[in-house]
Amino acid sequence: MKRSIVLAIILAAATALAAPETDSEVNARKAALDLAGAFSNEGFKMRDGHWSGTIKPHDHVLVAVNLYAGNQYWFSVGATDTAKKLAVSVYDETGKPVETESYSEGEKAAAGFSPTSSGQYYVMVDLVEGNEGSVCLVYSYK
Amino acid sequence: MRRARRFGAITFLLGCCAVIGAEPARLPADQMAKAIRLDAISIPTPGELFAALEKPGKPNWVGQMRGPIGMTYKNRAQIALNLGGLIADGFIAVEAKDSQQVKNIGTDIIKLAKALGVSENVLSRGNSINEFAENDEWDALQEELEATQNEVKSSMQTHRDQDLVILVSVGGWIRGTQAVSAAVMQNYDERAAKVLRQPALVNFIQSKLNDVSPEMRNEPLVKEVTSELPEVEKLVTFPAGKAPSPDDVKKVNDAVGKIMTEIQTKEAQ
Repeated sequence: MKRSIVLAIILAAATALAAPETDSEVNARKAALDLAGAFSNEGFKMRDGHWSGTIKPHDHVLVAVNLYAGNQYWFSVGATDTAKKLAVSVYDETGKPVETESYSEGEKAAAGFSPTSSGQYYVMVDLVEGNEGSVCLVYSYK
Repeated sequence: MRRARRFGAITFLLGCCAVIGAEPARLPADQMAKAIRLDAISIPTPGELFAALEKPGKPNWVGQMRGPIGMTYKNRAQIALNLGGLIADGFIAVEAKDSQQVKNIGTDIIKLAKALGVSENVLSRGNSINEFAENDEWDALQEELEATQNEVKSSMQTHRDQDLVILVSVGGWIRGTQAVSAAVMQNYDERAAKVLRQPALVNFIQSKLNDVSPEMRNEPLVKEVTSELPEVEKLVTFPAGKAPSPDDVKKVNDAVGKIMTEIQTKEAQ
């Protein structure tokens, strides 16, 4: 499982070389990978793909993902330490909120659930408290 | 005064009831339409698809492997589509725990990647794939295949071959869907069949193909694949939560099988 974290970090570095990332983007990504690494211990495989961007206070970003019924998913978000509280929520393809297990501590937050229907879902990341900064979303499945 | 207080209390109680009975807010349609959609996170990997398929029971992965494909394609679009298909083949061989097949596919992946002029970093992945296959390290192999796919795409982006990135994803998705639909047909199970529902994904792939350069869009093979995706989108559009029938699954398999044959055998100009 540790290998997946190492691979993800190596890939993060490789991607950073290909498309230069700012220090805050790298830090946000590291925070997201740290959190996702915890789920690897429970048999979740981390996807190499990620989304990075900036988020303003009391603002949110919405990312579309395509998931499979039968799998379990965890969406992990990390931000720069300017973020004091983040929230992650998930919506189905009709825009209805999905019940998730949630985790939130400082500049890290996660939401986990098992879709009963395959298809498109939306992951919403909110900056509940703190100042504008970089944020990164990764996800894991099993 | 007392009447005003009573009115206030009733208003408060009605407010509470409204809050308790209210459904959590739904996302407005315009917000969903503006959601971020990225190849790197919005297109699932073959590994994710295969993990879901395995939940009701282990499918016959050996039966889903195909023979070697041609390695002499000249057309870059065709090479990219086949490269995506080969990476999906690698995931199938890992699921089948066939180390020799994994090694053969790893070699072919590197050959095609070389033909596209991707970076040396990707080429060194071939050695890792061989090493993990020798030691039957299946989890590590899955990670290595995913990392290889991402590194190929990253190298394409660096070399301003952005158009090829989506073709690798398309090839992978079509080959993965072909294998999954064939496995479901062989041993029909409603839970397994549900993984085939992906209308938004096919729609996203189409929109990405529409964004490629006019030269790439006019490549005969790309044109053909693009023209067949609307039909595939219809075939993978089942009501949410409902499983496709065995006949529906066969239709999906026929449609993606036809595209895969074109990708694999057509000598593009």
